[in-house]
Amino acid sequence: MLYLQSAILALLMVLPGADIANGLKVGDQAVDFNLKNIDGKMISLQTDKQAKGYILIFTCNTCPYSVAYEDRIIELHQKFAPKGYPVLAIQPNDSKRSPGDSFDKMKKRAKDKGFPFPYLLDETQETTSTYGATNTPHVYVLNKQADETFKIEYIGAIDNNTRRAEDATKHYVKAAVEGLLKGQKVETTKTKAIGCTIKWSS
Amino acid sequence: MLQRTYILKIAITISYSLPFYEYMQKVIFLLLGLLLAPKPSQEPPVEVIKFDTLQHLMNRNSQQIEVINFWATWCKPCIKELPYFQSIHQQMGDKVNVTLISLDFADQLDSKVVPFVKKKGLTAKVLLLDEIDYNSWIDKVDPSWTGSIPATLVIDPQSGRRKFVEGELKQEELEEIIREFTK
Repeated sequence: MLYLQSAILALLMVLPGADIANGLKVGDQAVDFNLKNIDGKMISLQTDKQAKGYILIFTCNTCPYSVAYEDRIIELHQKFAPKGYPVLAIQPNDSKRSPGDSFDKMKKRAKDKGFPFPYLLDETQETTSTYGATNTPHVYVLNKQADETFKIEYIGAIDNNTRRAEDATKHYVKAAVEGLLKGQKVETTKTKAIGCTIKWSS
Repeated sequence: MLQRTYILKIAITISYSLPFYEYMQKVIFLLLGLLLAPKPSQEPPVEVIKFDTLQHLMNRNSQQIEVINFWATWCKPCIKELPYFQSIHQQMGDKVNVTLISLDFADQLDSKVVPFVKKKGLTAKVLLLDEIDYNSWIDKVDPSWTGSIPATLVIDPQSGRRKFVEGELKQEELEEIIREFTK
């Protein structure tokens, strides 16, 4: 039994592509974008000159896990936007494959929930692909550098309990941003969570 | 089982108040009834499990190929591919052990998961993995898994060979993988 386990482990370690995740990694420079917000204006990382960083969240209308996190995303924005780390939500799904995520439906959802942050559409899915976002919601915490570029400090989940915010015991994004605000190194830089797949255009 | 004991107790209580021949008659009828009564339903009681059960399934030393599919009732691409797994279970159940791991929330077991399993007529084993701290176990299933579903893990316990697929499988793709593992 132990032999089998170690054999499997060994196999996993030597398998090429055991870490196939493409896209940007923690420590990489964030790639800028220019995406349309629900109010029709284009937004990039340079739009908000005051921002010390961003909580970039790939999320959508239709994924129940995204919906489960909506209130928590609003809270993150309300807590950290005044401190220089606003939320930028990006909707990554192709609206032909996921009609509930169309630009009009995005506008409606944002209005119904009163999103206080921009909700951008990645129509070409290039930004989603560049960042390597794989599921929704998928968070990237960015921190501004001396040269005005942004560095990726954290990739992953918002916290460790999708079902109930009150039951979460680890608040990954909050901890990361709070660390950055104190000038500390982010401790947990990468987490994983179950989520909905990105609906890529075929 | 409890129910039967209960019925038996009532029957005995009634019987003692009756004349002997009637009493015997009742006893015989009761025994017949117990024998002929349909057994408690074997319908898919979707078992709620913790990660150790899944780990046991991934590591057990079975002669069958283990096919483990991660899905949820809210996941459209998952629902699309479930019939392909059901079909593998029906056609190759002797060589392949199909387990469908639902990642629905455990509090939706009776409202969503069980009705769904019945409606779709799934007879392959369905387990609900009640482990909400996803980051603590996703890598243990496969380090390459980013966490999106559907995802499928195929294991040959005898050779230790594993294949992990994240994303939707077409029926031909699934059948091809099973062919590779069973030849």
